[in-house]
Amino acid sequence: MMTTPSKDDPTLLVKTEKPLATSVWSHRHILGLEDFTLKEIELVLDTADTMKEVLSRPIKRVPTLRGKTIVTLFYEPSTRTRVSFELAAKNLSADVVNLSASSLSATKGESLVDTLDTLESLGADIVVMRHPHSGAPYIAAKYLKASIINAGDGWHAHPTQALLDLYTICAHRGNLKGLKVVIIGDIKHSRVARSNIWGLTTMGAEVTVCCPFTLLPIGLDKEQHHFPKVSIQPDIELALEGADVVMVLRLQLERQQGGLLPSLREYVKLYQLTDSRLKKAKAEALVMHPGPVNEGIEISPDVAHGPKSVIAEQVTNGVAVRMALLYLLSRGGE
Amino acid sequence: MKPLLIRGGRIIDPSQNMDEIANLLITEGKISHLGREKTPPQSGYDVLEAQGLIVCPGFIDLHCHLRDPGYEEKETIASGTQAAARGGFTTVCCMPNTSPPLDNQPTVDYVKSKAEAEGVILVLPIGCITKGRRGEELAEMGELASSGVIGLSDDSSPVVNSRLMRQALDYSRAFGLPIIDHCEDMALTEGGQMNEGIISTKLGLQGIPAAAEEAALARDLALAELTGAKLHIAHVSTEGSIGLIRCAKEKGIRVSAEVTPHHLTLTEERAIGYDTNAKVNPPLRTIKDIEALIGGLNDNVIDIIATDHAPHTEADKLCEFALAEFGISGFETALGSLMSLVHDGKLNLYTLIAKLTYEPAKILGDKYQKLGTIALGSPADVTIFDPDKEWVVDTKDFASKGKNTPLNGSVLKGKVMATIFRGKLVCQDNSLKIETLG
Repeated sequence: MMTTPSKDDPTLLVKTEKPLATSVWSHRHILGLEDFTLKEIELVLDTADTMKEVLSRPIKRVPTLRGKTIVTLFYEPSTRTRVSFELAAKNLSADVVNLSASSLSATKGESLVDTLDTLESLGADIVVMRHPHSGAPYIAAKYLKASIINAGDGWHAHPTQALLDLYTICAHRGNLKGLKVVIIGDIKHSRVARSNIWGLTTMGAEVTVCCPFTLLPIGLDKEQHHFPKVSIQPDIELALEGADVVMVLRLQLERQQGGLLPSLREYVKLYQLTDSRLKKAKAEALVMHPGPVNEGIEISPDVAHGPKSVIAEQVTNGVAVRMALLYLLSRGGE
Repeated sequence: MKPLLIRGGRIIDPSQNMDEIANLLITEGKISHLGREKTPPQSGYDVLEAQGLIVCPGFIDLHCHLRDPGYEEKETIASGTQAAARGGFTTVCCMPNTSPPLDNQPTVDYVKSKAEAEGVILVLPIGCITKGRRGEELAEMGELASSGVIGLSDDSSPVVNSRLMRQALDYSRAFGLPIIDHCEDMALTEGGQMNEGIISTKLGLQGIPAAAEEAALARDLALAELTGAKLHIAHVSTEGSIGLIRCAKEKGIRVSAEVTPHHLTLTEERAIGYDTNAKVNPPLRTIKDIEALIGGLNDNVIDIIATDHAPHTEADKLCEFALAEFGISGFETALGSLMSLVHDGKLNLYTLIAKLTYEPAKILGDKYQKLGTIALGSPADVTIFDPDKEWVVDTKDFASKGKNTPLNGSVLKGKVMATIFRGKLVCQDNSLKIETLG
């Protein structure tokens, strides 16, 4: 996977051994991983390798997207995802415009569709969108000529986060086939968990989710064709048994007020990833977290900063993966 | 008005146990002849050739939203009744969740006079259970009854307080009006967008569990038993509800129930892709629920079919799923949807027609015994439909202002060809020929 820079794109200005199999790419938008095939995910990861090479240069900038306008449209506060996209776009020489909830007319009663119309008129080529309501990017995809990248919608999906997670695991383990991945935390309200379940299972990993039943969405353990089947294990020590990868999710502190948890104290007691619990996992296990981390809540500080943690790498890889996605989308019509 | 002869159709009228090929003559707005004779008893009439068509009493819809007063951008009494006529309905009962709500005589009078002036069919208003639909104090049910409402409902806003619901049931008994019950435990549905299940998990949308309907239903069945009042359950949507109503009927509780065409024919999978036109309350459920609802229709646990026609503007639906209004515009697709059950062998045509005519008339009570029948001397409310005609749903053709249906572009088999209200053709398919004879 580390050997696939592209020779068919001079704007990347790199020498190549094997061309990227861009013919498998069929997406005009990136809305969720449920419509990604194994080959498409592999293409993203291979392309991200090429971008990682670009990022290792002294001048991390290639002219690939020169003249393209990329809008980041964020209806929810976010620092790392927005900055990651902005850097990715700038590294590819695109023009970037950032719109966030405070600057949007939504506060003045403008509907999403009206805002999208305006962006269309302004000539955005790619819109990177974060929205508190599930499915909002689907409206954008329906009404805009621009390509849409879902940067997180409600509880539904966060495909670029899942792809960077897959990339990070592959960088350490080569591939995902047969790996045991445990996701611990608020699965019900997590778009990161949903996108990862799609991506991980498509790549051949076995997924176990671990959480109180109040934070578990319905139907995950039943055989059906709408969503991948995962194992459910509410006991963290049993869940961690033999794990190759442990993903910890951020706990939204307001879940207690919603009556979903009796107290943060009990959550910490039952579900915090601690060093002693982590011993149940494999010796070479990776610890991941999509950030931002509540240290001392869902994960103990020594684990978050310990030898198994790849949390910082996830952030670096995020830029490469997002560059790969912008590149693949911009080539969509070719 | 010239007499109208409807010739050679298959007449199905469950009120008379009738299913045969016959001629129907309408004179001065009334059914004046019904029989097999080749020659009608007079000349100088129009003839509508109905060979191959079904002729039945005009459909009665016990549950719809006409939005007037207050939400005329969604529907008016004129557009709503025209849409109903296109769906084969000659009587519709409109819910009181208007602005202002129908919780007193003047508002009810407004709807009645508006219907009189611009409606093309009969509109029977439903009054509120509580003042302002706020669930705090009973509405003046006695005044509402005398102003002509046919039932009482806070539809869309269930009466949360159990004691007040008990008192509403008790108080309503004096007037013989049913309480039409929207069963929903609001604490369980708060923030809910669609049926709770694997599809809501997939889409990341807050679910509405079947238990929210069943818990509220169980409470109100217990209160109906306690008070002996007449209770009518609106839009039943779950398998569990069918079980509860069956038990209640076996115990002799005075309960009747309705189901909508969309809950009988569409599943939660319609929400995939975030189609806000499939967002409705109660939500579209699963295939197992559909099978139970059809079973309930066939063994009379469910008494009637009602549309819950709920028109909305484009802007109400062209938005994020969580912000979209609940509701489906249902008048104009009702028959075509329901006929799929007949074509699939799950429901027989006679039963379907009974659930749209004779059975809802029974719930309306003695005062309306002339509705839902084409017995000699009845008002000539007649629906004529082609059971096999295929057509493509195109919301641009809707008379309703509400274009909000997940069925746009679908092919339906079964189409209303003519609707006659009090002897007058209020809607007619282009291909239908009417000739003047004699």
